[in-house]
Amino acid sequence: MTLTVTDLAITRGGIPVLEGLSFTLPPGKALILRGPNGIGKTTLLRTLAGLQPPLTGRIDGAEDQIAYASHSDGLKPTLTVTENLSFWAAVFGTKDIQPALDAFALNELSDRHAGNLSAGQKRRLGLARMLVTGRPIWMLDEPTVSLDKNAVQMFADAVRAHLGQGGSALIATHIDLGLDGEVLDVGPNKAKPKPIDDFDGGFL
Amino acid sequence: MIALLLRDLKLAFRAGGGFGLGLAFFLIVTVLVPFSVGPQSSLLSTIAPGVLWLGALLACLLSLDRLLALDWEDGSLDLLATAPLPLEAVVTIKALAHWLTTGLPLVLAAPFLGVLLNLPAPGFAWLVISLLIGTPAMSVIGTFGAALTVGLKRGGLLLSLLVLPLYVPTLIFGAEVARRGATGMETQTPLLMLAGITAATVALLPFASAAVLRINLR
Amino acid sequence: MSIAAKANALWEYANPRKFLATSERVLPFFWITSGACLVVGLVWGFFFTPDDYKQGSTVKIIYLHVPAALMAINCWLMMLATSLVWLVRRHHVSALAARAAAPIGIVMTLIALATGAIWGQPMWGTWWAWDPRLTSFLILFLFYLGYVALWEAIEDSDTAADLTSVLCLVGSVFAILSRYAVNFWNQGLHQGASVMRAGAITGTDTEEKVSNIYFYPLLLCIVGFVLLFIALVLYRTGTEIRARRIKALLTRERVNG
Repeated sequence: MTLTVTDLAITRGGIPVLEGLSFTLPPGKALILRGPNGIGKTTLLRTLAGLQPPLTGRIDGAEDQIAYASHSDGLKPTLTVTENLSFWAAVFGTKDIQPALDAFALNELSDRHAGNLSAGQKRRLGLARMLVTGRPIWMLDEPTVSLDKNAVQMFADAVRAHLGQGGSALIATHIDLGLDGEVLDVGPNKAKPKPIDDFDGGFL
Repeated sequence: MIALLLRDLKLAFRAGGGFGLGLAFFLIVTVLVPFSVGPQSSLLSTIAPGVLWLGALLACLLSLDRLLALDWEDGSLDLLATAPLPLEAVVTIKALAHWLTTGLPLVLAAPFLGVLLNLPAPGFAWLVISLLIGTPAMSVIGTFGAALTVGLKRGGLLLSLLVLPLYVPTLIFGAEVARRGATGMETQTPLLMLAGITAATVALLPFASAAVLRINLR
Repeated sequence: MSIAAKANALWEYANPRKFLATSERVLPFFWITSGACLVVGLVWGFFFTPDDYKQGSTVKIIYLHVPAALMAINCWLMMLATSLVWLVRRHHVSALAARAAAPIGIVMTLIALATGAIWGQPMWGTWWAWDPRLTSFLILFLFYLGYVALWEAIEDSDTAADLTSVLCLVGSVFAILSRYAVNFWNQGLHQGASVMRAGAITGTDTEEKVSNIYFYPLLLCIVGFVLLFIALVLYRTGTEIRARRIKALLTRERVNG
């Protein structure tokens, strides 16, 4: 499934942040999203995930193909690691959570409550969720926050395996994961300040 | 969908899930009523159906601000919105889970609290029936209110302000059934109206709830 | 002009500049005519109509009570209409008009409730009774409060417009349900809506008629209230648009700076 973005413009809080953004993400490839803080990387990922409408432009191939991981992991502290993962597996209609536990070395923690995990362990659990979605296009927003070197390697391996199975990934990160993929610097697409619709434009 | 329901039930029953808080609140309100109006049993038995309905309604209201806010805070709501489940189903399941953990226990506890307030004997069955039919509407309407206020800090008070006027028809017909039942009057008309309101809200309001949730997630 | 062309012409007022220019032009007309109608209607009604044989001079509060009550309901209907326009056509002026109208609706509801209480005291011997009409207005007041509170609570103006519009729609359905529920719940003291019935005007109706001596000044007062309402909504919508403009300009400053 190839994700194609054509001439996309997006807004945050009523202000355009990026415009004229075009790229394609073919199967088996990763795309690393770079750009200074506040440029709109999170907004871009949320828009691609379908959580907010784009201002202009087209997004093709995204519908029902995307697994999205935001800054927060969507974990319930009073559920165990297994219960948290099984829930998301059931929501996405997959059954087997064992590969996800293996990939992020969560087997030993599987009966612990998510609330008792360390920040890095929680993050690993959040990333393991991507594996149980069974969706081909991963979208990750700063996935390596609070991960140690070892865990970063685990994550990079998981992404590589995912790409090897014909999946693709769009990752907003500033560290080098050693993945086979291009870097998309969104900085040059920074939108010029302007009104987002005729209403505000009527005054300016 | 069943997974979401089971998860919500599990969360409610685990530590800090808040199960039983509404029930305890219902009990306390009922106990406080005789302290405020006096212990004459004739007076208490007159006002018992209405007081129990109001108590159940307030107990229902109590847990609404956690209904979606917790999933909002930990990011689950974003992830659920990108999951294969339609948001309409998500809010319906959430309302169902709220009813099972809050509404249904209130229905079951109401007759025991009725004893405390000298509810006349014929009133018990009608109280339970009216609450059983009315509480699902309260959960569904409450979910709509929770969806409206989900992104707001200090949304709890606003939630009450928005939801309570919407509870008026349910309260009027529900309490009317209980009151008429307690005095041996005919209950068919208000009962049918109550059932109609519940059926309509359960069928239609989740669409509005999902729509406002989508707006709030933007 | 064809209907379609007329309809298109209507949407031109969705442009804030056009709206402001036009409303500034027509506002003096509305202020003056509403003032004239109210002064003539109230003076005529208060001083040049006979006292009622049963109610005495208390009946004359009708000149405030009935128009305010009518506007309280019609204001909500206007908000419903403008909310729908916003949801369907996304014209900001429409959403802002709904926002501008709500406080006016609150004031009208309060006037109706207060004059009703003042009228009710000598007539029914009580300031307040849980009569269906009184109760319905109290519930309407609560709906207004919730609506305004939701507008105030949300920072992003488009989100606020969307959410309040949905609330207005859902609230309308529940307001109607409440009206029926309240009617069922208590049959009440208040007389039926007697102003607009043909029999009431010609004086052939029941005892509860509003006879034609009172009717013409009342009609004038109603017209005055309608014009006043339009003037207030136009004026307040203009204010909302300007506030929005300031916000847009500040945003531009912030983004540029």
